[in-house]
Amino acid sequence: MNMESALEPSTAAGTHRGPEAVIALTGVRRDYGERPVVSDVSIELAAGQTLTVLGPNGAGKTTVLRILATLLRPSAGGVTVLGARLPREAWKARGRIGYLGHQPLLYRELTVRENLGLNARLHGIERPEARIEELIGRAGLARRGGELVRNLSAGMLQRAAICRALLHEPELLLLDEPRSHLDPAAGVIVDELLGPEPGRSRVLVTHAVEAGLAEADQVLLLRADGIVAHAGPAAALSPGDARAVYGGAVR
Amino acid sequence: MSAFRAILAKDLRTELRTLESVPAMALFAATTFVLFRFGLDRTALEGSLAAGVLLATVLFAAILAINRVFVAEREQGGFDVIRLAPVDGTSLFAAKVCVLAIYLLALELIAVPVFAILFAVGAAGLAPLAAVLVLADFGLATVGALVSSIAVNSRARDLIAPLLLLPLLVPVMIAAAGAAEPLLAAGGPAYGEFGQWMAILALYDLVFVAVGYAVYDFLLED
Repeated sequence: MNMESALEPSTAAGTHRGPEAVIALTGVRRDYGERPVVSDVSIELAAGQTLTVLGPNGAGKTTVLRILATLLRPSAGGVTVLGARLPREAWKARGRIGYLGHQPLLYRELTVRENLGLNARLHGIERPEARIEELIGRAGLARRGGELVRNLSAGMLQRAAICRALLHEPELLLLDEPRSHLDPAAGVIVDELLGPEPGRSRVLVTHAVEAGLAEADQVLLLRADGIVAHAGPAAALSPGDARAVYGGAVR
Repeated sequence: MSAFRAILAKDLRTELRTLESVPAMALFAATTFVLFRFGLDRTALEGSLAAGVLLATVLFAAILAINRVFVAEREQGGFDVIRLAPVDGTSLFAAKVCVLAIYLLALELIAVPVFAILFAVGAAGLAPLAAVLVLADFGLATVGALVSSIAVNSRARDLIAPLLLLPLLVPVMIAAAGAAEPLLAAGGPAYGEFGQWMAILALYDLVFVAVGYAVYDFLLED
């Protein structure tokens, strides 16, 4: 694929269509005040696949993720997540989505275990203790599970947030730079926790172009002005084309 | 119900750990009583003046807690936690109403004895006064939770919450003062229009509970 075709706004051509799609965006736009943050985003993702969202700072990656998480309403366009048309049917999708955003969504004055216990009760998980211990063990937090969240380092906090996102065994994971704040060893742990699994679909927002493309079945590439540069199969986009939206600043 | 209990337990546990709200409210109330005592130059109060001093102090102390009740939700992403879970937003509303009501009851356990001592208020009227305060607290908590939810996402939340709250709470103050005044009369408690004022307070509480349940899910959404 040449550079020009990669940077042309595209639609969801070549993406998966049909009832099995866990995500379907059609002409989605989101404005903050008068300013459009993302425009005309159209893409679909089939069950069990990974969508990687790439783009420079301010391109609207997090906005797309928050729309999918039912936390933001689109200003225009159609959004279907796990069969629920958003925002009207957001209640159908909530509880089936695991969201890892920039904020850990953990209460600072509660311990890691208390935070996970609170989330378990909100998600209606009965007897969650075994699941909580399993997760904090896998995340390497077993010895820190009783500490107040405000005392955790940024990396530990990220691991605790990952446990929160996975606690209710969601069908769709929405991950906004999941490896941020993590050292290489923790990165390996987190890759195991958040990696592909049968029945789990993922949307991954990242600045690591090669790694993001390697994991992707579909790619949404956004330019700095929120215009779609590519929306479709990962195989149709080379790392070089993806890096072009960063203005040549990324090697 | 599980979500309601979980949020309520989280808030009470956090308050017990941080002691951010109730001690500040109690200190504010005690200081205000001292100011009234010297400002009015009275060592004893009764009737409408006693009711006014007590209820105005409770109201302004309540605003301290109301301003803070959604701070953790805003700063630590609690609204997103609720919206990502398969629960009604009304669980959050109900939990916050209960949290505020508990804070106010805790405040009054400290403030009313201080008030009675500083202003030589007879003990006979204090027991029925508790019923007035419970209904007034519920009204303050219900309207406070609603208004605080609206104001919390504004940059001027510290200003907006009291500006919206105070006019909405005028009926609570009128009814609570009407019910409390004869209870704090110099000659001992009287119950002439007590029932009528209590009915008005209860009706006000019910109306705002219904409003909260009707609109709260919309308040939580983007």
